[in-house]
Amino acid sequence: MITRDEGLRVLARQIPDDIVIAVYSTAFDWVQIRPHVLNYFAVGAMGLASSHGLGLALGRPNRRVIVLDGDGSLLMNLGSLATIANAAPKNFFHFVCENGTYEANGDHPIPGRGRLSFAGLAREAGYAATHEFADLAHFEQQIGNVLGQTGPVLIDLKLVPGAESPRDYRGLYAAERRAAFRAAVMRL
Amino acid sequence: MNGSLPGAAIIAAVKSVGVRFVMAVPDIVSSEGLLHPISRDPELRLIRVCKEDEAIGISAGLTACGERSMLLIQHTGLLDSINALRAVAVEYSMPICLMVGLLEKEPGVAPTKSGRFGVRIVEPILDTMGIAHHLLETEDDVPTISKAIDWAYVESKPVVMLLGRRPSAP
Repeated sequence: MITRDEGLRVLARQIPDDIVIAVYSTAFDWVQIRPHVLNYFAVGAMGLASSHGLGLALGRPNRRVIVLDGDGSLLMNLGSLATIANAAPKNFFHFVCENGTYEANGDHPIPGRGRLSFAGLAREAGYAATHEFADLAHFEQQIGNVLGQTGPVLIDLKLVPGAESPRDYRGLYAAERRAAFRAAVMRL
Repeated sequence: MNGSLPGAAIIAAVKSVGVRFVMAVPDIVSSEGLLHPISRDPELRLIRVCKEDEAIGISAGLTACGERSMLLIQHTGLLDSINALRAVAVEYSMPICLMVGLLEKEPGVAPTKSGRFGVRIVEPILDTMGIAHHLLETEDDVPTISKAIDWAYVESKPVVMLLGRRPSAP
């Protein structure tokens, strides 16, 4: 297993200026690890990260779009795998931070924990490529090549919580942050 | 008042205000008059979604990029997407534009007077959420479309256009 903050630090080194959509616990860690105006947290309703990401990928086809989804979140919007595969955005990279629980809602297990394969679901839905990583060194070695592939690509990270970041809900979802993100995307 | 709702005029109105993406779940109300023609229209990119709330997220992402879009769905899908509408469209004040078929609404009958429970509750729910809505019942209502979409993007607020009858095929 990869600790979440360590995994995100490895990823952050590869994507200093990419558009990133992140949710829940991952979002709190990510904003500490890579504070950036191109971070997008305004998903609004659980499960919609991949859909917001698809809209951004379609609207900015020449920019890489990174979605840091949760496993419970993706289970709420599994149909988006078929939608994304069908739309086939080449710039779309869909990470699933798989910890097997609804961590932000009391650590209850997700349905199918340990049996579900998110990479398998994405592959059969028609993603261009899928990967699974449960070892930090292997992830670090491969991530550069993965991000060079043609999307849509799904990357399942088998994670455990690491060092916990501050849970500043108000700051994460602030209107000012949303406006700054939009202004920055319009300049791209 | 004309008793028909021409699909070609609706599509032309949508395109006239810069909409280039349509996200849709098939609905028998709009299937022949709108969705089939849109699927063949080279000026529109049709994104087929599995569930209506996906389209709300997609529209929000496109909006951040300065791209205009519209959802084409059935009222059952609208009801299924209330939480996404609440959060993304209303609380985040996003210009989410929805064209919604009122399945089994009787032509010429106001939605709130329909014999169908699911149809009767649509406008009161939108009113409760503070979401602007317009009924497209005849050809005379078509000019409302471009004004409604422009209003949504200027004000950055959601708008719902309710199809009171099946649009005719071009």
